[in-house]
Amino acid sequence: MTRLRSRVAAALHRHPRVQATALLLPAGVWLAVFFAIPLAIMATYAFRPRHILGGVYPGWTTVHVARLVEPLYLAVLGRSVVLSLLATALALLVSYPIALVIVRSTRWRSFLLFLVVLPFWTSFLVRTYATIFLIRDTGLINQVLQAIGVTHQPLRMLYTPGAVLFGLVTGFVPFMVLPIYASLEKLDPALLEAAEVLGAPEWRRFVRVIWPLTLPGVVVGSLLVFVPSLGSFLTSDLLGGAKVELIGNLVQNQFTSARNWPFGSALSFLLLMVVMLGMLAQLRYTAAHAKGKTA
Amino acid sequence: MTRRLTAILALIGYAALLLPLLLLVAWSFNASRSGARWDGFTLDWYHRLLHRGDLLVALRTSLVVGVTATVVSTGLGTLAALALGRERSRAMGAIESMLVLPIVTPEVVAGISLLVLFSAAGVHLGLATVIIAHATFCLPFTILVVLARLRGMDRTLEDAALTLGADEITAFRRVTVPLLLPGIVAAALLAFTLSFDDFIVTFFTAGPGTSTLPLVIYGMVRRTVEPTVNALSALLVIGTTLLLVVTQRWTGRHAGEA
Repeated sequence: MTRLRSRVAAALHRHPRVQATALLLPAGVWLAVFFAIPLAIMATYAFRPRHILGGVYPGWTTVHVARLVEPLYLAVLGRSVVLSLLATALALLVSYPIALVIVRSTRWRSFLLFLVVLPFWTSFLVRTYATIFLIRDTGLINQVLQAIGVTHQPLRMLYTPGAVLFGLVTGFVPFMVLPIYASLEKLDPALLEAAEVLGAPEWRRFVRVIWPLTLPGVVVGSLLVFVPSLGSFLTSDLLGGAKVELIGNLVQNQFTSARNWPFGSALSFLLLMVVMLGMLAQLRYTAAHAKGKTA
Repeated sequence: MTRRLTAILALIGYAALLLPLLLLVAWSFNASRSGARWDGFTLDWYHRLLHRGDLLVALRTSLVVGVTATVVSTGLGTLAALALGRERSRAMGAIESMLVLPIVTPEVVAGISLLVLFSAAGVHLGLATVIIAHATFCLPFTILVVLARLRGMDRTLEDAALTLGADEITAFRRVTVPLLLPGIVAAALLAFTLSFDDFIVTFFTAGPGTSTLPLVIYGMVRRTVEPTVNALSALLVIGTTLLLVVTQRWTGRHAGEA
């Protein structure tokens, strides 16, 4: 037993490459079988004739892919992209100040961070549902507005595109705050002191020093908001009241009520392609940024 | 002026994040059925939860799925991280950057592709398919978390053990694993939370008989405004808060030890 053990140990020592491959193999096979292959099968499904009970027939067709360019579906895609970009911009507008406030505070720092981490760990479904209590006709916002006499009738907010946008922003803000906070925390205070000593006013220190140095965190955070927003269907389902159809809802419908798996597969791929375009933009930015740093 | 603007925007952000959760918890004690206004304090909705056998079944399903998916993904993830952390080669770098792909793939696409796989392979949807799906989306995260810990720890300690006469296996068991443990625990916690909270991927990979807690909540939320769902959701929020406080205390203490 001990001889076998020492022989295994010696063999591992002599062949680090074999060891690395053996360690990687289980996870690699798992992701190949349950991530890569399913996507490949889905790609072929987009070209299969539709089975009306769900699933596909053997044979090949391009009708589903051709449908993607119909104005109706392009409009849904366009609306989803615009809404996701807006959600990303608004999330940035509140996330950066939150991260700044956390970094600047000393006594309350861990508590303020906790208040962002808590929603981060809380069920997204529960948080989306809870948003209804804030924005419905009898919700807190309307009650406050009526109590202070700004409005007399409740403002219709729930089941509008604005509600979906609000849901996406609050839903994904923690994903934006945490990367920005991480890059703000790493910022060298000496740089800010130098800028201050050299007479740069506060806004200038922000624009010329803080913002450029934390841009990588902003880019990561933006991606973490944009991607799930684009693929979301829960938010529009609960807060849009099925009136605000996004590409995520369209995809979901093809696999539930519409039972059109080939078209759903084609739509999924379109969605995946838009996401990959966003990723590519981020990679190019990061590459350019790294180059600029060394230059 | 800029400071004030920053503070106002941050306050709006915090309010949007936290007010819904506070309202949800408060309204779970509201005696009014429609919830349009405050009708006094009640524990009725919590009491009714006790009579919902389906919720207990769903909770058990969620726990079984969460624990199994966590064990599988953390196990496979730790092994892979050990390989990725050991060698700094071009191939390893390429593999590491490819791990981002499953993370950025929209959940709806991941869920559907698995549904298509299971249907093409003739596998019936049920507990096993949900566990497989959850382990799959947790795996890249567990690899990255363990890898981060591996990169952050002092590798010379392993070399010291080897120099002092320990063989590779002993050095791994007595030095690497104890040092790596906080990373493995963090990865497992993340995996369990991701699994326990997941709705979208589960929606596509669960059969009619296997409902996790989020699926049941979704069904309740869509059908009617039933205050028991408020109590159930509030329990989840409170549970998350307590768990987070405990883990932060725990990690805080361990950071203090180091």
